Amino acid sequence: METQTIKKTQKTTNVTERISGSEAIVRCLIAEDVKIIYGYPGGAIMPVYDELYKYQDKIHHVLSRHEQGATHSAQGFARISGKVGVAIATSGPGATNLITGIADAQIDSTPMVCITGQVASHLLGSDAFQETDIVGISTPVTKWNCQVTKASDIPAVIAKAFYIARSGRPGPVLVDITKDAQFEEFDFSYEKCTKVRSYNPVPKTDVKSVEAAAKIINAAKKPMIVWGQGVILSEAEEAFKAVVEKAGIPAAWTILGASAIPTSHPLNVGMVGMHGNYAPNILTNECDVLIAIGMRFDDRVTGDLNKYAKQAKVIHFEIDPSEIDKNVKTAIAVLGDAKASLDLLLPLLDENTHSEWHQRFKDLYAIEYEKVIKDDIHPTKGGLTMGEVVNEINIQSKGEAAIVTDVGQHQMIACRYAQFNKTKSNITSGGLGTMGFGLPAAIGAKMAAPEREVVSISGDGGYQMTIQELGTVFQQKAAVKIVVLNNEFLGMVRQWQQLFFDKRYASTEMVNPNFVAIAEGYYIKAKKVTKREELAAAVAEMMASKEAYFLEVCVEKENNVFPMIPSGASVSDVRLE
Amino acid sequence: MSTEKQLYTISVYTENNIGLLNRISAIFQRRHINIESLNTSPSEIEGVSRFTIVINMTEENIKKIIGQVEKQVEVIKAYYHNDNEIIYQESCIFKMRSDLLFDEREIQNIIKESNARIVTVNKEFFVIEKSGKKEEIELLYRELSNFGIMQFTRSGRISVTKEEMKISTMLETYNN
Repeated sequence: METQTIKKTQKTTNVTERISGSEAIVRCLIAEDVKIIYGYPGGAIMPVYDELYKYQDKIHHVLSRHEQGATHSAQGFARISGKVGVAIATSGPGATNLITGIADAQIDSTPMVCITGQVASHLLGSDAFQETDIVGISTPVTKWNCQVTKASDIPAVIAKAFYIARSGRPGPVLVDITKDAQFEEFDFSYEKCTKVRSYNPVPKTDVKSVEAAAKIINAAKKPMIVWGQGVILSEAEEAFKAVVEKAGIPAAWTILGASAIPTSHPLNVGMVGMHGNYAPNILTNECDVLIAIGMRFDDRVTGDLNKYAKQAKVIHFEIDPSEIDKNVKTAIAVLGDAKASLDLLLPLLDENTHSEWHQRFKDLYAIEYEKVIKDDIHPTKGGLTMGEVVNEINIQSKGEAAIVTDVGQHQMIACRYAQFNKTKSNITSGGLGTMGFGLPAAIGAKMAAPEREVVSISGDGGYQMTIQELGTVFQQKAAVKIVVLNNEFLGMVRQWQQLFFDKRYASTEMVNPNFVAIAEGYYIKAKKVTKREELAAAVAEMMASKEAYFLEVCVEKENNVFPMIPSGASVSDVRLE
Repeated sequence: MSTEKQLYTISVYTENNIGLLNRISAIFQRRHINIESLNTSPSEIEGVSRFTIVINMTEENIKKIIGQVEKQVEVIKAYYHNDNEIIYQESCIFKMRSDLLFDEREIQNIIKESNARIVTVNKEFFVIEKSGKKEEIELLYRELSNFGIMQFTRSGRISVTKEEMKISTMLETYNN
C-alpha cells in the first residue's frame, strides 16, 4: 500500500539504471543535495557504508562517536543552514541511540532525515540479532517514518522523507531499510517529491484574518509581540523587522526565536519565560494585544495558563493548525507561513511608536539591570560568573558568533546575555532540554557554516554527556570553540534544590575530571581559567585560534539564574532574587 | 461550545498505510484518553481508510485532539460528531448451547423481539448476530445472560453522518 500511495503522487521520468538498494540510498542523498552526513556504521547498514566509501568525493561522512552525537550534529547543521540534517545508523542499538536527537528535533521543529539499517526482512519480528522495532519506537517522536523492505521502494520513500522533513513545520523523519533491500538490485531512477496527497504543509494565509489582525493591532494602546522560531524557519526576519518597526511594537522572543532580529534592536525587549527578562514577563499581563508569531505558547513561556495574558486580545500567527487554541485562546488566528502573513500584514499597519508603553519596558529593564544584570555581567567581587564569560565572548566576537548551548544554567545565561547580530545564531535544545546537545550540535553548525565563528557553551554536567564527541572534533578538524562553565554542580537542579527543596543537594554535586587533560588527550588546544583577571586574555586566545580550542572557566559554585518564574506560577510573579 | 463531557464519534479519513493506527492511537494514549471503541475499514473512496473512534470528552478537548490527528502526515481529514448528528450501529455475536434454543421458549421470543438473527445452528451450539445501538445490544446481553452465554463479542461503533462530509471534493482538490 505504501508504494501505491507514493506512486500516485510522483512520476518517475528519469532514465533508469540497475543498481543496488544501498547505492540507491547514496544516490538519493546526492540528488537531495546532501553533502555531509553524520553517523556510525554497523552490521545492518554496512552495504550503505560500502557505497559511501565509493561516493566519498560527493558525500562527506562524519564518524560521530555515538549515534546520539550524530543526530545532534545533524541538528546543529540544520539549524544554522536551514537545510535538512542527515544522520545514519545501524539497526538495534544504533537506531535506538538516535532517539534522543530525533525527539529533540521533533519538539524544536528541526528538519532531519535519519536512515537506519534493519535486519533482513525474513528476520523481522523474530528478535534477531540487533533487531528493534525502530519504526514503532520512533513513531511518537517523528514527523513521519517508514520501513522499506524492497529496494524498488527506496527512491520514492527517501524523496518523500526529505519533502516531509523540510516542508511546512519542519521535523525529523526516519527511514528504516532492511539489509536485503540494501543488497537487492533494481532499476533506479529518482524524482524529488513535491506533494503528498494527505499532507498540506503550509495552509494558505487567509487575507480576512490578516485584515482583522491589523485592525486590532492598529487600535491597540499597549501591544506586545512574542516571536518564536517560526520567524527564522520561514525566513521572515526582514518582514518581521519591518512590521515591528512600522507599528512600533515592543517585541520579545522565546528561546528558539532568539537572533531573528539583533539583540541590540531598540524594540527587542528580551526573552520571555521562566528565566526570561523582567519587563516582557510582567507586561505580558498588562498588554492589551498580544501578538504571537511563530511560537507555540510552551509552558516554560506561559507559566500558569489560568493567569496568562487574560486581559489581552491574542493574535496568533502560526503555520501549524493544531497549535491554535491549544494552550492559549486566541481572538484572531492567522494560519499560514509567517513570511507570507507578515508581508500581507505590513501594508495594513499604521505607523506608530507607542513610546509611553515602550518606556514601561525600559523602566522595568532598569530595575532588572540594577538587581540582576549588573552583577551577572559586571561583577566586582566573588568568583567568576557565567554572565561575565558570555559578555567577554560578546565583546571579542563582536556579536557575530553563533552560540551553541547545552542545557542548564549556562544555557539560560547564554541566551539572556549573548549578543546576536545575525539570524540563526542561537542553537540550543529548547523544547526537550537535552543535556549533551551542545558539543555535537556545534560540530554540525561549524561544518555547515565554516565561515562563521561557532562557540559551544556547556556546563560541566551536559558536557560530560557527549564528551566523546571531542574525538569527532579532532578527526574532522572542526574549529569549534568549546567553553565549559564549570561550577562543579548540576547547576539548574541545584538551584531548584536550593529554592524549593531546602538546599538538599541530592546527587547534584559533581567531582569532575581534568577537563584540560581530556581535551589535550584529543589533541585540542586547551586552557583553564580560574581568576577574573585571566578571562579576557584566555577568551582572546580562544577566539584567535584557527583550530578547535577548549576553554574551561571555573565559575561560582552556587550562583543562581534570575529572574525566575517558579514552575506553575504566573508570568507576573517573576522573581528577581 | 459544550463544556460537558459527552460521547463523540470521530471519523478519520487516512491513506491506507502501515503504522497509522499506531500513530493515531498514540495521540489518545499520550493524553490518557480512553477509547470507548475503535473501528477501521475501507471508506467509500478507493485506497482511503476510515477510522471510527468513540470517546467521552469535552468539545474543547476534542477539537485539540482532532488537530493532533490531522497533523499526522497521512491523515486526510478528521471530523467529530455528537450522537444526534450521525446514524450509528454496533454488531455483536452470541454463542449459546443448542439445547437452550429448543428447551427455552423464551429465548426464541427474545431473538424475535430484539430483531437478532440466528447465523448458524448445530448440535452443540447456535450463534446469534445482532446489530443496533449500544443500549439494544446491552439489553440483549442481559436477557441472554440469564441462560448462560458460551461466548460473546461485539464490534466497535460504525457510523455515517447525517450531513455530507465533503471528503471526495477535498481529495479532488488535492489531486489537482
